[in-house]
Amino acid sequence: MSSTVLFRRGRVIDPRNGVDGVRDVLVRDGKVVEVSETLLPVPSSAEVVDATGKWVLPGFIDLHVHLREPGEEGKETVLTGCRAAVAGGFTAVVAMPNTKVVNDNAMVTELVLNRARAAGLCHVYPAGAITKGLKGEELAEMGELVSAGCVAITDDGRPVMNASLMRRTLQYATQFDVPVMVHEEDLTLSAGGAMHEGTTSTRLGLRGIPASAEVAMVARDLVLLEETKGRLHVAHVSCEGSVRLIREAKRSGLRVTCEVAPHHFILDDRAVGDYDTHAKMAPPLRADTDVQALREALVDGTVDAIATDHAPHGVLDKQVEFEKGINGIVGLETALGLTLELVHAGVLTANRAVELLTHGPAKAFGLPGGHLAPGAPADVTVVDPDAEWTVDAHQFHSRSRNTPFHGRKQKGLVIQTWVAGHKVFDKGQVGQSKESR
Amino acid sequence: MRHLLGIEGWRRDELESLLDRAKAHLPGAPDTTHLLRGKVVANLFFEDSTRTRTSFHMAAKGLGASVLNWTHTGSSVSKGETLLDTARNIEATGPVAIVMRHRSSGAPHLVAKHVKCAVINAGDGTHEHPSQALLDAFTLRQRWGSLDGRTVLIVGDVLHSRVARSNLHCLKALGARVVMCGPPTLIPPGLESLGAEVTHNLDAALPRADAVMCLRVQLERQEQAFLPSTREYARLFGLNAAREERMKAGAVVMHPGPINRGVELAPAVADGARSVILEQVSNGVAVRRAILEVCTA
Repeated sequence: MSSTVLFRRGRVIDPRNGVDGVRDVLVRDGKVVEVSETLLPVPSSAEVVDATGKWVLPGFIDLHVHLREPGEEGKETVLTGCRAAVAGGFTAVVAMPNTKVVNDNAMVTELVLNRARAAGLCHVYPAGAITKGLKGEELAEMGELVSAGCVAITDDGRPVMNASLMRRTLQYATQFDVPVMVHEEDLTLSAGGAMHEGTTSTRLGLRGIPASAEVAMVARDLVLLEETKGRLHVAHVSCEGSVRLIREAKRSGLRVTCEVAPHHFILDDRAVGDYDTHAKMAPPLRADTDVQALREALVDGTVDAIATDHAPHGVLDKQVEFEKGINGIVGLETALGLTLELVHAGVLTANRAVELLTHGPAKAFGLPGGHLAPGAPADVTVVDPDAEWTVDAHQFHSRSRNTPFHGRKQKGLVIQTWVAGHKVFDKGQVGQSKESR
Repeated sequence: MRHLLGIEGWRRDELESLLDRAKAHLPGAPDTTHLLRGKVVANLFFEDSTRTRTSFHMAAKGLGASVLNWTHTGSSVSKGETLLDTARNIEATGPVAIVMRHRSSGAPHLVAKHVKCAVINAGDGTHEHPSQALLDAFTLRQRWGSLDGRTVLIVGDVLHSRVARSNLHCLKALGARVVMCGPPTLIPPGLESLGAEVTHNLDAALPRADAVMCLRVQLERQEQAFLPSTREYARLFGLNAAREERMKAGAVVMHPGPINRGVELAPAVADGARSVILEQVSNGVAVRRAILEVCTA
């Protein structure tokens, strides 16, 4: 494979550098060399990608992915998760620590990084646990985790219910300058709940999870953030009250960032239909007014990143009574199409949509990439904005199929994904891993 | 063949036709034991039940069917078998209908997607209890002829009541006005958008009601702080003799059973002249015969 690639005449959208127009992009030895409005001469031995009519974008970065390895390899592995990532246009993912064994120590961090290196497809940034075993009792060795390569710490999937412990977490993390990523759910308010509390839960006779279960915890943590001068990242924000508080906190200068998952800005709680466990997730799909508020927050800058909360599960986890169904859906391979639904609907500009998938997440976590200026990593996603396709879960590169979007029509498709100047995905096919290259 | 997973989704004419058919199954009506002769009806009860299970059992027998009675206690479920595996195994014995009670809302919907025979919901979690609503409506029609313009007041723990949800859909579809009454902690959100009126003041609502349907207070939920005490509940929402006196002339008292005497109903009211509680039970068999007949046709 050539180490020099010329992306020819694509529409380059690079929000960080204020670029939106037809450009040539030249990459060499894993880095962007030049982005040019005029035609560049083709260097000898360069691979030329004719991107006419296509979008040439910085590789997408997903701050919230469950790779399930170690422990639940039947659902996903680092390798299959990376395959799903590059198929969805993602060149970097942040791997959540709630694996079985929990990533609360350097050995697990190193295992994930080693598997990612062996996969050789995209960048994998582990997130370490806040507390040992995700039990919410004792702090994990944050310094060791960060030294081993963790880019954030989080008990994702579990809130830190103990306010004093959360306060100390925010304080302690300031010495490493990593974001503390939080799953906001007051377990005393959500206890026994299976879906959002509203008309649909009443109709279905399912115990509801009120929006206050999330909003109250966001409020608590913003108070603690202000006091500790820490750095907080609110994961998968799902409701209007949360974005309102985060918006105000940002205005007052607090170091808070947040992400929204595509399913929360596309679907509302009515998607549960007649007990469809594919629409069961935590936080749950909310009311249509929440969906509207999330969309407004995506537009006005309150939301920093679109993150998928990619949560692979097996058939048996979902083919059960709704209350028993495990939370979560896979998201890596549907994120772009769902985001572009907002662009086609006139809610988001293409520029803002790309920002939420690239520079926004990079900036929130301080990660490399997310833009295409000379010197940036040659992580590039090529998108055909006009391609119409239908989501087919059976074709997913992920090892799991749990999605409520099977059969949904989409416009806009990832054509190629390049990581560090190597083509890792091309027209539906994932490339060879680095080991076999 | 069709399923009866809930009242929601059934049209008025379908409900009326089923209720009309139930008249042909009242005691003294012509013999109907040929209707399901040689067929099997499976009673699949994952939750304790006496009256509903017995009522369905008698209904199936009355149609000439053999009844397979399966209960969760001592079953393969306790060995970890999934709901779908249990249902598929029961289906393999060849029933024309599975009558199913389950503690999880929506469990019959899951089974219905994976079996070929009719699935009849005999109560799922806090979702629906369609046969109860149908026998309630049947009992009211016996009294009134039509439900059009009538007001039914449903009192109590609406949050956890599958009877309340099914009755809301059923009574509304048949033309009645439905008022739900209970403490705010036991009234779920969005009832108005499902067609109910909501009040927390029983004394104000009582004189307008043509029927008062008391729901069982689920004593096992007391620990969850929905109510300070059953004593306070009885004071605010219990139907006692003094309240009964303020009811409309001719208005009836209903209860799906089992009754907590002295809590939701004073004994004198439960056994009084307005009570149609035992008529509800008797009508249950006829209505369930009609359900089995319609669903397996």
